Amino acid sequence: MKFSLFSLLHQGLTGNQGWQPQWRDPAPKPAYDVIIVGAGGHGLATAYYLAKEHGIRNVAVLEKGWLGGGNTGRNTTIIRSNYLWEESEALYEHSVKLWETLSHELNYNVMHSPRGVMMLAHSVHDVQVTKRHIHANRLAGIDNEWLTPEQAKEFCPILNISRDIRYPILGAALQRRGGVARHDAVAWGYARGADRLGVDILQNCEVTAIRRDASGRVTGVETTRGPIAARKVGVVAAGHTSVVMGMAGIRMPLESFPLQALVSEPVKPVMPCVVMSNTIHAYMSQSDKGELVIGAGTDQYTSYSQTGGLHISQHTLDAICELFPMTRRLRMLRNWGGIVDVTPDRSPIIGRTPVPGLYVNCGWGTGGFKATPGSGHVFAATIARDEPHPIAAPFTLERFTTGRLIDEAAAAAVAH
Amino acid sequence: MLLIRCPYCGMDRPEIEFRHAGAAHIIRPGPPDRVTDEEWAAFLYLRDNPKGRVAERWRHVHGCGRFFNAVRDTVTDVFVATYKAGEPRPPESAPGASEPTEARP
Ligand SMILES: Cc1cc2nc3c(=O)[nH]c(=O)nc-3n(C[C@H](O)[C@H](O)[C@H](O)COP(=O)(O)OP(=O)(O)OC[C@H]3O[C@@H](n4cnc5c(N)ncnc54)[C@H](O)[C@@H]3O)c2cc1C
Ligand SMILES: [Zn+2]
Repeated sequence: MKFSLFSLLHQGLTGNQGWQPQWRDPAPKPAYDVIIVGAGGHGLATAYYLAKEHGIRNVAVLEKGWLGGGNTGRNTTIIRSNYLWEESEALYEHSVKLWETLSHELNYNVMHSPRGVMMLAHSVHDVQVTKRHIHANRLAGIDNEWLTPEQAKEFCPILNISRDIRYPILGAALQRRGGVARHDAVAWGYARGADRLGVDILQNCEVTAIRRDASGRVTGVETTRGPIAARKVGVVAAGHTSVVMGMAGIRMPLESFPLQALVSEPVKPVMPCVVMSNTIHAYMSQSDKGELVIGAGTDQYTSYSQTGGLHISQHTLDAICELFPMTRRLRMLRNWGGIVDVTPDRSPIIGRTPVPGLYVNCGWGTGGFKATPGSGHVFAATIARDEPHPIAAPFTLERFTTGRLIDEAAAAAVAH
Repeated sequence: MLLIRCPYCGMDRPEIEFRHAGAAHIIRPGPPDRVTDEEWAAFLYLRDNPKGRVAERWRHVHGCGRFFNAVRDTVTDVFVATYKAGEPRPPESAPGASEPTEARP
């Protein structure tokens, strides 16, 4: 069923009784051309573009829980492309461009809202790094501009720009095309789109082993719903990538950390944009429901527990209360954690692996939601052609051996 | 917040006194002129990242200041053992061994 003004009116007038499930719940087939492990946004987008752009429709997406229940459904939805290095700029900007037309592409309202992402500078060092970023981005044709504290406050009136706070605001970078989108809708929109093109989405289907033939080539997977054969398997398992790749005997340059977020009680619109501060580990935006969505830095230890220490949230709230004094009397409604897969250079890994037929797309760490459409798009091309998409080419696993790291950690806006 | 027993101070102390310092028992390959790119990559970047028991380094930065090792379960975050730097991983903390009786979540 296509969503349109007509279908909305029709359903509204007939008591909304005619809506159909948006994707099938098929039984696993014995074999597929391609298996994607993990039905997060990235895995579902990969399947969608495999079917849509490469005509590979005999595809299954295997998900151990429910689709979109991993980091896709747990993140704070910040979208931006103002990364430092050319390789990252190309990758994230590719994604931002796809976001701009995604609701039309999928006929599904992903609520993409380019309301502006502002990143604060609190020290001389921050100011220098931020300006370097702005110049690098502008050279690459990516919008990013410097704001004085007064201009920052004009853009976001609840910001505290007094000089006598612990980390005073000395200025900010603003990417106007940055913003947010509805996380669940992205997963649902890609799931529906892929399903309609013939992709089987198999939920409650955990991959427990990777099968290989005598030459070492992938022949399929074993799952909690039985064995399934495929000549190509793409692993898009975020925090669990090390575990799944371990099934094929591959050690990854990854560590999995808890990353937490929290939301306040809903209030009237007070915040027109996203504000981030990497220096004091806090960022905030307002959801369409009115909740203030707040995110922190990672916990310090590796974990798969999907929780984290309360002191991390407390530290973040200290910063939030200072930056936005009006939040001091707000109540927090809920907090939660996801498990993020972090690489040594804080850039993702997209490409082939030493095992023929096995592909991996991981390492998005704390900041891969923004990349969902672009990541799926270039990964689908990489799987279909068995060679890296040009934008994905620098992000191979080999870079950790050649030393060609894409180091967004040290100098860049690494947060989200 | 985790409670961590520093093997030097002999006390359970809150996590904010400690810094996590990555996987433990990683041995630097050598001599440097004979180490291949693959060996350097494995030493510097590849990690087991297990879902289950991990041996890891901690530093009691806001206490005695010393590094030590710990075995922790990454699913429950329960510490199985902490021990002094230089000591081998305790056998009872092996991946398949039974759960500790005195669990400290
Ligand atoms: C609190 C938090 C805030 C964040 N904020 C932002 C932000 O503001 N902006 C941003 O860009 N990014 C953000 N991120 C990061 C972002 O959420 C992730 O990078 C992104 O969603 C990863 O998408 P994915 O599809 O790769 O992973 P996921 O959505 O985690 O999907 C992976 C799927 O694989 C499945 N899986 C794992 N193992 C198996 C198996 N053996 N068999 C079958 N299935 C398996 C999992 O169940 C999961 O559903 C945040 C993350 C967190 C946790
Ligand atoms: Zn101590």
